[in-house]
Amino acid sequence: MPVMDLEETLLPGVGVRYEVRIRTGEVLGIVVQREGGAEISVYDRRDPDRVRDVFRLSPEEADAVAEVLGAPRLTQRFADLSREVPGLRSARFPIAPGSPFDGRTLGDTRARTLTGCSIVALVRDADVVPSPGPEHGLRAGDVLVAIGSASGLEQLDRRLSGQADG
Amino acid sequence: MDHVAALLVELGLLFVGLSLLGLAARRLGLSPIPFVLVAALALGEGGVVPLSTAEPFLTASAEIGVVLLLFTLGLEFSATELFAAFRRHAPSGVVDLVLNAPPGFAAGLLLGLPWQGALALAGVTWISSSGIIARLLGDLGRLANRETPAVLSVLVLEDLAMALFLPLLAVALAGAGPMSALGGITLAVGAVLVVLLAAQRLGHRLGRLMTHDDDEQVMLRLVGLTLLVAGLAQSVGASAAVGAFLVGLALPASFADRARAILSPLRDLFAATFFVAFGLATDPGAILPVLPAAVALALVTTATKIATGWFAARRDGVGVPGRLRAGTALVARGEFSIVIAGLAVTSGLPEIGPVATGYVLLLAVTGPVLTRIAEPIGLRLASAPSTR
Repeated sequence: MPVMDLEETLLPGVGVRYEVRIRTGEVLGIVVQREGGAEISVYDRRDPDRVRDVFRLSPEEADAVAEVLGAPRLTQRFADLSREVPGLRSARFPIAPGSPFDGRTLGDTRARTLTGCSIVALVRDADVVPSPGPEHGLRAGDVLVAIGSASGLEQLDRRLSGQADG
Repeated sequence: MDHVAALLVELGLLFVGLSLLGLAARRLGLSPIPFVLVAALALGEGGVVPLSTAEPFLTASAEIGVVLLLFTLGLEFSATELFAAFRRHAPSGVVDLVLNAPPGFAAGLLLGLPWQGALALAGVTWISSSGIIARLLGDLGRLANRETPAVLSVLVLEDLAMALFLPLLAVALAGAGPMSALGGITLAVGAVLVVLLAAQRLGHRLGRLMTHDDDEQVMLRLVGLTLLVAGLAQSVGASAAVGAFLVGLALPASFADRARAILSPLRDLFAATFFVAFGLATDPGAILPVLPAAVALALVTTATKIATGWFAARRDGVGVPGRLRAGTALVARGEFSIVIAGLAVTSGLPEIGPVATGYVLLLAVTGPVLTRIAEPIGLRLASAPSTR
């Protein structure tokens, strides 16, 4: 990922403000409020200290936007990658409640050894953990992003849902 | 009507009235505080309708209102935010004090108040209303503006200063000499520092002690602890409000959001009774004679607050329009000016009441209006190339 111009400022009593300079030259202001809501706006070119066009997001809306821009984007990127390598696929596997790996570590799945698939990211709520280590804990609700061959991914799916053992 | 019936009807009418006033204030884009004050002036002593049955209840719940106001103020900021604001904006805080407190003090002496009264009036003119201003910045869509961290930092520092100023004032109003006043403030500084440091290390334990799955449990524990500490602080002569502020400060940030959500409605209810009780205790007839003084004081301290905001925003490298926005945003005075004046009034200086009421009425209304006007003016300045 290219390094962007991202600046973080503490807003006492309100939350955190992020400023992102995007390639078109505009500067985005994103205020993430303590209560979970967010504001997205663009800095005014006439007065660069001031924002115009403020979009106010409720906590639910902010979550929805984060989801749109967050986890699926990541899988999309792997999907693009797998298209470039013939035979390579990517897939997302949610850890369902009652899965044998709920409460165990990523290493316990032995995904690489048994299915040849690599787990490239772990998505938990709004957080994305890129290349999680074998000691990384799993719990119900987590989503694993894996790449591998089509048959390997099928095996992994069976293994994670507890339909196959060994 | 028997006593209970009269009490309930009076309170019922009062809260319905407050609801309508709040609605009108929001419609106009203003804070409800000045509306509540005017309404309370029209009631009670020397007013149109006496709230005679409800008055003892209002006076008692006003005390709880102040305690809860200061408790939620302490909750508002984490120790990290306080330290960050202090590191970056300590000079702005000093400028704020030096520019805005002396006009109040001088006016107090000119009005013939004793020095303790002048000290209270200095507090009234010094502390901006973080309630009005935080809401205003959100409403005007200025949260992401580059001058906003400076504005919020000044507010945080003022709130911290309140924790030191209130005990000093309480000791002074109790008629103590300068030596015990000094002792009082040393004790307060020590208490604030100890609580801030303890909150970082042990705050999570206090949080765990207060937390429970059941909201009702959390509310009872929080109100219980806050009132207890406030009562103890009051009994050692340090003002109940400060005790409550320290409890709020000591709670960990992780728990503060939940505590705020649970206690805010309660705080709003009791704080409303505090503003009403303050208005009730003030004789509306006494405001008119001191109105010229209040207007003059408002004019001077509007200018000094604009200078404060200008200075703070410039420290953050903000341009002229932003400095103007920051300065005008800070003009509004509100709840904390009334808290300080209320402390003086209940300590036997009722003369503060009318001038503080007139002053807060003026600035709680003109402050927000002024900063709205400043926006287009600032933009015009920005489009003139010579100013940047």
